[in-house]
Amino acid sequence: MVELRLPRNSTVGTGKTFPAPAGAKNVKSFKIYRWSPDDGKNPVIDTYELDLDTFGPMVLDAIIHIKNEVDPTLTFRRSCREGICGSCAMNIDGENTLACLKPIKDIKGDVRIYPLPHMPIVKDLVSNLDGAYAQLRSVQPWMQADSAPPPDGERRQSIEERAKLDGMWECILCFCCTTSCPSYWWNGDKYLGPAVLLAAYRWIADSRDEHTGNRLDALEDTFKLYACRTIMNCTQTCPKGLNPAKAIGRIKELQLERKL
Amino acid sequence: MNTSTPHIEVMRSQLGRARGLGAGQSGTAHWWAERASAASLLPLSTWFVVQMFRLGGADHAEVARWGAKPCNATMLAAVIITTFYHAQVGLQVIVDDYVHGKAHLPTRLAVKIVTSLLGLLGVFAVIKLVAGGSSGK
Repeated sequence: MVELRLPRNSTVGTGKTFPAPAGAKNVKSFKIYRWSPDDGKNPVIDTYELDLDTFGPMVLDAIIHIKNEVDPTLTFRRSCREGICGSCAMNIDGENTLACLKPIKDIKGDVRIYPLPHMPIVKDLVSNLDGAYAQLRSVQPWMQADSAPPPDGERRQSIEERAKLDGMWECILCFCCTTSCPSYWWNGDKYLGPAVLLAAYRWIADSRDEHTGNRLDALEDTFKLYACRTIMNCTQTCPKGLNPAKAIGRIKELQLERKL
Repeated sequence: MNTSTPHIEVMRSQLGRARGLGAGQSGTAHWWAERASAASLLPLSTWFVVQMFRLGGADHAEVARWGAKPCNATMLAAVIITTFYHAQVGLQVIVDDYVHGKAHLPTRLAVKIVTSLLGLLGVFAVIKLVAGGSSGK
């Protein structure tokens, strides 16, 4: 029923400390969640004391430095290092964000780095997002129209119609919002979560899409859509500055509009 | 028995799990009921609080006379019905959030029954006030 504490095998212990290199002047501690599926042990927090003068300004620079120079066993996802791929989404200083966009100097004290909350862990900072990806697929985030496109070109939109997609097409599916949502933690098996609902609304709002009604039908559910409690963690945490809570609110308005 | 081989209980695909039982085609009415009852409770509870201050220090007979008046009785019944209706739809949300598995359905049922009974009790108290208003002290 109600779960108040972590399962016994999820309790986090204290791990190793990697001291700063001799002669380092600008030292900061990075406390990083470590867990491996292979050794049967509980997760631990390892401490890495790093010389900030030896690598770039972002948190991603620090963990790449750790992997290259200090501890090659540290596992994390990264790719573009400029906030467009969404791979390095993790929980830094208590907030879900992209490591590549998070300046180290914005963090007071030790830099605490955990994987995205409440998802199964693959290893260290890599969380398993298979369920969230499948939920995205379940809302059919692609254009559906029965009218044939013009034979000589693309389907056209007015400037006003296109403007409705602003604030949604920018989503990079890092799932910082979804994994920051308490409602998703409680009912992630049934609630679609903010990222997926933003993607769903992106197609509901698209003037070229002709399946708006079907899309609303597919969301008309106590959990899939309405498990959103307008907590707004999604909007607060989004590293791209988007507003999933507003998109969810718009879906609810449309649901109401077709019923009243 | 070979205990080193892990037993996998769920092999259903992620997409199958995400789609689940499909959309239940309900939710908007409940969501709207939460908001409509909350908005209605703003004027209703303001009225109730104002009336309670006005009745401050009044004796039992005076309060009974006040409650037996049609307008006051109607407003009282509206406050009670809306309050417990709002409690019902609101508590359902809390149950959905925190109670999982087999306990979910019975808990939701209990919330419905208890809030309905409490609301009914309040309404009957108002009816008694109205019916007994003339003969009561």
